[in-house]
Amino acid sequence: MSGGPLRERLSRARASIGGAVAGVLRRSDIDDETWAGLEATLLRADLGVATTARVLGACRAAAGAREVRSAEELSVRLRAELTGLLVDASRGLASAGRPCVWLVVGVNGAGKTTTIGKLAARERVAGRSVLLAAGDTFRAAAGEQLATWARRAGAELVRGAEGADPSSVVFDAVQRAAARGVDLVIADTAGRLQSNANLMEELRKVRRVAGKAAGTVSEVLLVVDATTGQNGLVQAREFADATQVTGVVLTKLDGSAKGGIVFAIEAELGIPVKLVGLGETVDDLAPFEPTDFVAALLDA
Amino acid sequence: MFDALSGRLGGILRGLRNRGRLTERDVDEALAEVRTALLDADVNLDVVGQVVAEIRAAVVGAAASKALDPGQQVVKAVHAALVGMLGGETLAITYASEPPTVVLMAGLQGSGKTTSAAKLAAWYKSQGRQPLLVGADLQRPAAVEQLRVLAGQVGAPMWSAGSGAAGGAGGADPVATARGGVEEARRTGRDVVILDTAGRLAIDDEMMAEIGRISAATAPRYTFLVVDAMVGQDAVTVARRFDETLAIDGVILTKLDGDARGGAALSVKRVLGKPIAFAATGEKLEAFEQFHPDRMAGRILGMGDMLTLIEQAERAFDQKEAEATAARLLQGEFTLEDFLAQLQQLKKMGSLSQVLGMLPGVPREVRGAEIGDDQVRRTEAIIRSMTPEERARPEIINGSRRARIARGSGMQVADVNRLVKQFLEARTMMKRAGKGGRVGPPAGFPIV
Repeated sequence: MSGGPLRERLSRARASIGGAVAGVLRRSDIDDETWAGLEATLLRADLGVATTARVLGACRAAAGAREVRSAEELSVRLRAELTGLLVDASRGLASAGRPCVWLVVGVNGAGKTTTIGKLAARERVAGRSVLLAAGDTFRAAAGEQLATWARRAGAELVRGAEGADPSSVVFDAVQRAAARGVDLVIADTAGRLQSNANLMEELRKVRRVAGKAAGTVSEVLLVVDATTGQNGLVQAREFADATQVTGVVLTKLDGSAKGGIVFAIEAELGIPVKLVGLGETVDDLAPFEPTDFVAALLDA
Repeated sequence: MFDALSGRLGGILRGLRNRGRLTERDVDEALAEVRTALLDADVNLDVVGQVVAEIRAAVVGAAASKALDPGQQVVKAVHAALVGMLGGETLAITYASEPPTVVLMAGLQGSGKTTSAAKLAAWYKSQGRQPLLVGADLQRPAAVEQLRVLAGQVGAPMWSAGSGAAGGAGGADPVATARGGVEEARRTGRDVVILDTAGRLAIDDEMMAEIGRISAATAPRYTFLVVDAMVGQDAVTVARRFDETLAIDGVILTKLDGDARGGAALSVKRVLGKPIAFAATGEKLEAFEQFHPDRMAGRILGMGDMLTLIEQAERAFDQKEAEATAARLLQGEFTLEDFLAQLQQLKKMGSLSQVLGMLPGVPREVRGAEIGDDQVRRTEAIIRSMTPEERARPEIINGSRRARIARGSGMQVADVNRLVKQFLEARTMMKRAGKGGRVGPPAGFPIV
């Protein structure tokens, strides 16, 4: 879907960055300056030292073997290398069973609740009945925030008391959805830093208990803020270990951050990015398109 | 926190320290490693270039002096560069001559503005001020409600136009709300006003103009940019935009209790010349402190952070009680009852591993190790199973008492033995230190 909404909206925010790459590659010869320029571009996009070295190493090898002779060929090769890092897997959200359960996890402030609101609206428009489980029983007023989204989307809501055990809130929500024949449960969880062993243990339990309720957990979505730097890979690794993450939602991609850490997440952990967040309204959730994402990273 | 960065630099520098002479190739290799370490820590690419160049100049220039061995010179240069990057002095917090002192919080979505606003209110209260929290984030659903709940926990009043509208007061105007908040503070005699605002993207011209109007309408004495410690290369770009609009005074660095290295936020200081004023280091409202750049540089290089620890202890401990305890400690009159009380205080200061991370000389493996609340709980259980007399005079604990205590706490006799023995040893040591006038580091908390 070249020219799709993702690419269109990204390219608006990215004009300056794309310009930099275009500038580097506009020169006809490939020289030291070309390589330095590309390295800087990828590092600034938060790809990280290792991933950048991997991508440029492959491009250099191609240049050394005379497979790539001009800046234009290099540009094509660079896209191919970047796209090649991304996993070759389905990026649609899986549904199974009734109710089907999607669990949403992530660090504080990544955008979990907002993402759930958008997802609920999307699924309601698609004609499914939706129940939201307010599993963030820690943060003040997290339940109210989710309740607002539930109202907007026309979804049901199950809440526990503040400080209640999140596992039991999620379990109750799934049971209630099963009893009422609801199609989909989307479960919110409290934001937590992956270095907090106790809170990660709590999340492990939420995942386990959700699987024991009368539904099928078909997606565990890790919400990652596009402004995140190299810590994003650690986040993905730890959350995947605790909850068997099935996909990433990359939020706040409408800002000036490039979200380059997802290359490392996909390449090293094999977890696909499934959705991107592009704003604060209900419609600002788009499917992740690898070709468009890479193009938006590099194009003017 | 910065452990990962300090570990990385530590590894590189240890290699250098062990050698007598440095060749130019050594310097290049070391600097390449320093560059990678800094980039992995999310230090801004331009800043990395500058810092590495500075270190090179310092190492090469000083090579003739021969006062230090080459490894020491690199250490010194890296330390100096880090201190430079982290900023010079702590931001001194002052107050408007005509109250209220207005503090404006700004930042991207999810950076932690609302939580930081509440923590800042708690900090002002600890400074003897009467803060008013103002909820001017009318964008995010339930943001005002969140601030109201947090204000309740802090024990500070919260004010917002369209108060009570859990779904965000649709038509209300954040500029008018902020202005109204300052008037409310004046009317009710609150001397500090903390304005929480909606998260916004730096490239959203409309929203940036709005916060510009909030600033113009309230004339804040301090404008803080709230920056997430996990942020990447974009941090400097974002900070620059906010600074152009608002002329920020400093940064509040949040989520510093995670394992993010925080390099990007530190770059903000370097690029904009605006200090990191406060750092948030935990989920609890007290986990918030003034940022001390000099100490943090020492911490990056593995020198620990005794001063922060002492300050945290002072805050968590009742001052008089702490003095009394210290006196008893040095006279060898410290009892298990005191120790139990200290364990409770310690919990208030944060997790044990967090406290350990601030102690110099604690090996990296110990620092990283899980020192869970479980161990503290077990120790508490043992002490709680003792009679008041046993707690006061542990030396009376004989075989049958040990067996009873073990039964009562659900622990083994050996565990009881270990606790009592370690406690008595620690007490003797402290007594000796008290008499000698030189207080060395304690041998370790007697934790089972």
